Amino acid sequence: MEIRPIFASLRKHRIPALLIVLEIALACAVLCNAVFMISQRVNDIRLPSAIDEQGLVAVTLRGTDDKLVGSDIPRNLAALRGIAGVQQAAVTSSLPLSTNNWGWSFGVNADSVIANQKNINVSLYFIGENGDKALGLHVLHGRFFNADELADSKFDTAPLPETHAVVMTRAAAENFWPGQSALGKTIYSKPYYYTVVGVVEDVLRPNVSTTNTRKSYDAVYFPMSAAGSKGALSYYILRGAPQDRDRIMREAEQKLAELNPGAVAKGQIYVDIREKYFADMSSMAWMLVLVCVVMLAVTAFGIVGLTSFWVGQRRRQIGIRRAVGATRRHIMQYFQTENLLLTTAGVVIGMGLAFGINVYLMQHYEMSRMPWYYLPGGALALWLLGQASVFGPAQKAASVPPVVATRSV
Amino acid sequence: MFGYYLDLALRSLKRNKVLTALMVIAIAVGIGASMTTLTVMRLLSGDPIPARSAHLFYAQIDPDPTPGDRKEPYDVIDYQSAVDLWSAHRADRQALIIESPVRMRAPDVNLPAMMPTMASITADFFSMFDVPFQYGNGWTAEDDTRRAQVAVISADLNQKLFGGANSVGRTLRLRDTDVRIIGVLKPWRPSPLFYMVAGAHYANGDTADLYSKTQDIFTPFFTGLELNDGNFSQYTCWHLPDHPGHLRNSPCVWVRLWVQLGDGSKVVAYKQFLDGYAAQQKVLGRIARPQNTRLRSLMQWLDYEGVVPSDVRLQTWLAFAFLAICLFNTIGLLLAKFLRRGGEIGVRRALGATRGAVFAQCLVEAGMVGLIGGIVGWMLALAGLWMVRQQSVPYADLAHLDAPMFLLTFALAIAASLLAGVLPALRASRLPLGLQLKTL
Repeated sequence: MEIRPIFASLRKHRIPALLIVLEIALACAVLCNAVFMISQRVNDIRLPSAIDEQGLVAVTLRGTDDKLVGSDIPRNLAALRGIAGVQQAAVTSSLPLSTNNWGWSFGVNADSVIANQKNINVSLYFIGENGDKALGLHVLHGRFFNADELADSKFDTAPLPETHAVVMTRAAAENFWPGQSALGKTIYSKPYYYTVVGVVEDVLRPNVSTTNTRKSYDAVYFPMSAAGSKGALSYYILRGAPQDRDRIMREAEQKLAELNPGAVAKGQIYVDIREKYFADMSSMAWMLVLVCVVMLAVTAFGIVGLTSFWVGQRRRQIGIRRAVGATRRHIMQYFQTENLLLTTAGVVIGMGLAFGINVYLMQHYEMSRMPWYYLPGGALALWLLGQASVFGPAQKAASVPPVVATRSV
Repeated sequence: MFGYYLDLALRSLKRNKVLTALMVIAIAVGIGASMTTLTVMRLLSGDPIPARSAHLFYAQIDPDPTPGDRKEPYDVIDYQSAVDLWSAHRADRQALIIESPVRMRAPDVNLPAMMPTMASITADFFSMFDVPFQYGNGWTAEDDTRRAQVAVISADLNQKLFGGANSVGRTLRLRDTDVRIIGVLKPWRPSPLFYMVAGAHYANGDTADLYSKTQDIFTPFFTGLELNDGNFSQYTCWHLPDHPGHLRNSPCVWVRLWVQLGDGSKVVAYKQFLDGYAAQQKVLGRIARPQNTRLRSLMQWLDYEGVVPSDVRLQTWLAFAFLAICLFNTIGLLLAKFLRRGGEIGVRRALGATRGAVFAQCLVEAGMVGLIGGIVGWMLALAGLWMVRQQSVPYADLAHLDAPMFLLTFALAIAASLLAGVLPALRASRLPLGLQLKTL
């Protein structure tokens, strides 16, 4: 295919050609970045968390009397276990993605205090008897808390419990002691210190960092007795079969409200907690999808409109070419090649622009670097779009009969 | 002449319906997207209290005694500094603010207990922030000091508990204390909830929560402290507090201090007062960095905190990139349309129309496309805002198109289409005359 005539004709239509190139460039830049943002958000929404999310029900009980929780919690749990379909029930202080975060920072040296810069900030989960089974935690190394640890742990006047055993997630263990086993090691926040008795598969924190997912799993479990919990154990968690969870949630909420008339009980199934946490993110992702689709449609219509105009304008030339021996295929190829050239120019500029926008977003919006393959990916998408939208007008051009050449000369 | 051009434009637009529809859709989609995001952006970045914002200031000192070279104080202050500064009464008005979740029941209403958020504030709060009352009033400075057991409730809570009736004089049980309702607010929805803003610059732009509704219950500062003791949470601490939730005299920051200052000289004087207080506390050995005092105006504070969610700013950029794409598209299509009519333009020129007249005629046609695009774009913007309202973001209920934005929709649509029309119209008016006539 001879491309010199195409260049010659494009030179005569410099401005429309330039407009198409710019439109494609901008579309390519926006597309690459938007798709990258969508993929990041989808990754965040799908962050795994090693608990039984499908079967989990949580009822918060707030406004209870701290002096009575020691007897109230066992009574409430006994009543909850009586609900049909409940396999396990326990109390805890918070849940992954509940936004109810209790943070603290610890170091690995005996002289670490809370304000140390080198400390690692972790989320604290205080958990009662059978909490591991109710959540469905997977213990990887060591063990979960034994009965003595659970019974002896209590809050005194300080915000950290009077115990010395903790269980942490694999990610937290790796952050405290990279490449080493965490079992038997100790974390410090003077004057408190805790020894790791077990490591569990990664569980998300109540709030996750969308920019640094490595920190999203830094959580530490502390044992907690009902009597010494001072109102911290306000989440009742129940585990059942996924198909029972809505009924269990309603019955548990009702039962807790009946048993604790002064307090406020509110039930949720866990999948709703996760969905609510990521609701902003998923609506932003859907908006980006919508923008991409409409933008590509507008670009395609622009190409169709302008190529149709060119076809109309060149009817006579097409007729002459057909009269002197060009086949329909040749005419089709002419317009397809022309579009390929324009799109190529567009995506070359567009890839540069996409890279520039990504760098700008990285500086101003906590965005990470776009993997290189998004650029050729975006280019390919626009090539395909260009070829698809030029097909109709090109076919119309190919159907111009040679006889047009003989008319109105 | 203008009427004639309008007529010509309509005829020309009718002649090629597909091309016209493509242009109108391109303009409409671009305008719809950018107006939706602009409206949200304006709602979120605007002045929450235009009549007062110039005189409202947020006072900060750095009460942390730990040595170090931190440049900025914490976003909130400790109890002792807050109460010292407040009781000095050096500003025209001053408000201390803390908040906590509190268990609440209305004894004479048959509803289960709730856990609303309670703001505990000093008396000036209501007059300082122009808070509108439906029934009753706020309390006096005297009520603050004698810990009066009174409360003001939000319109929302009044609706929920009392069906919107005048509830002044009725009783609420907050945790274990009975308080008397002395005031009910009118619906009040500052955007953002400016007096609570703190810590947002650490949020990486995830700041949608700053646009949530006001607290449901307002109690006098010291009354609230007493009745809900143990339920307050700190912003941060420099070492462990002795009793969690009990933050008076704790090594923690958690109190907000807002002051109202009438004019520039008062601002200078108040800043000097703050500096003086910090220097004195340094001498007493209570603080380490007396230079870390700040007195930002309301808008400066919102700007420093970066309250507009980064998602919203990103969407605005995206919408304008999108509008640019739509404009390039329209330029191309208009160019195609005008140049196709070379013959017609040639005849008009040959009959004596000037280049200016042809240019004007083409621009009128472009403006017409913009007007129709604006109408469709306005409908798309309404649909877009409806979609924003369906989202579960705290500011969803605010997203409405007001009169200025309605007018801006059309101004933007017509301006965009005229801009898109300039180049094609220029080209059309400069077509060589003879060549066009010859091809007829």
